Amino acid sequence: MNSIEIVSIGKAIPDTVITNDRFMELAGVDDEWIIEHCGIKERRVLTEGNTSDLATTAAMDALNKAKVDPMDIDLIIVSTCTPDSDTPSTACLVQKKIGADNAVCFDIKAACSGFIYALSAADKFLRAGSYKNALVIGAEMLSKATDWHEKKSGILFGDGAGAAFVVPCEKGGILAEELGSIGKKSDVLVTGVMPGANAFNDVEPVKQEDMYIRMDGLAVFGFATKKLRSSIENVLNETNLTLDDIKYIVPHQANMRIIESVAKRLKTTMDKFYINIERFGNTSSASIGIALTELEEQGLLQKGDKIIISGFGGGLTWGTMLIEW
Amino acid sequence: MVFEKIQEIIAEQTGKDESEITLETNVKEDLDADSLDLFQIIQSIEDEFEIEIEDYNAITTVQDAVNVVESLKQN
Repeated sequence: MNSIEIVSIGKAIPDTVITNDRFMELAGVDDEWIIEHCGIKERRVLTEGNTSDLATTAAMDALNKAKVDPMDIDLIIVSTCTPDSDTPSTACLVQKKIGADNAVCFDIKAACSGFIYALSAADKFLRAGSYKNALVIGAEMLSKATDWHEKKSGILFGDGAGAAFVVPCEKGGILAEELGSIGKKSDVLVTGVMPGANAFNDVEPVKQEDMYIRMDGLAVFGFATKKLRSSIENVLNETNLTLDDIKYIVPHQANMRIIESVAKRLKTTMDKFYINIERFGNTSSASIGIALTELEEQGLLQKGDKIIISGFGGGLTWGTMLIEW
Repeated sequence: MVFEKIQEIIAEQTGKDESEITLETNVKEDLDADSLDLFQIIQSIEDEFEIEIEDYNAITTVQDAVNVVESLKQN
């Protein structure tokens, strides 16, 4: 085999819509301010269930489209920074819920880059030859990690999941990829701090606000715009392709201002990018899978099309792939 | 001149008069700019001077911005 191809792609979107006007009461900011700061108009929130339920819905959407029996799945990899629990992994919970009893299951932590990291891991497992297919899922219930009363971060996040069923392929698939991490900037974006207090120390117990997403917006902006742009340029150079050969860039939907900056500096237009942030907000590792599902459902992707998918976020981490669909 | 150009960029982004912007001006505190304003100011500075600023948080005052630009332009 040469690489992996996405056979089918599915998504999960909760029904409850939170529009910007709710933030006047929650955080004292209006629709105009929110749109100016991030381009988001509304986001979805899961009011019943947890991350594994969103992951399960997206997984079944992908499996039904590929007409695959869950018992035939070899590998389930879930990316999430908002798991139901640290153990069991969300992947094991999905395994139970869909009845994929023969699969090997584990989670990956790479925040908003997680879907790319999970796809890359699946690619390596499948290349090694011991597994014949994989279900790759990015699922997030960020609503439980969001301080809804804090205007800078509260306006950004939403819930959802995307899932891809992948198999080995001889031609096409992932033509180039770049993954990277900058642990020395780990304090720029933090969520879900674990309690450290125990019977043998006097560490302060973790407060609720330490569980929420906390970020240095300016530092994240600087990092995201640089890495999104440079990694796109790098995968193009590696494949001797130009943006003219690329049908869509599907970036992690973090903030419209980041995508606009990158479009300008890549000297391309916004219609090169697939964007749905105005409807779903930032759904971390779910965003790319949801966007790909929408592209596929709208008939905007044909076999042989070349696209670039790119995630960037906490860690700090980034991951970009050039894919032949 | 580096200062005059930065002054012009900050005035445009914040809607303030150029006379209000001196080397000592703290962009966030004195001009009521938020992270997004600062991000857009720094990006405009990068574009204007064709440089790449590694640490966006290194710029607090107008003097910081001038220093960063001058040191990057020298290299």
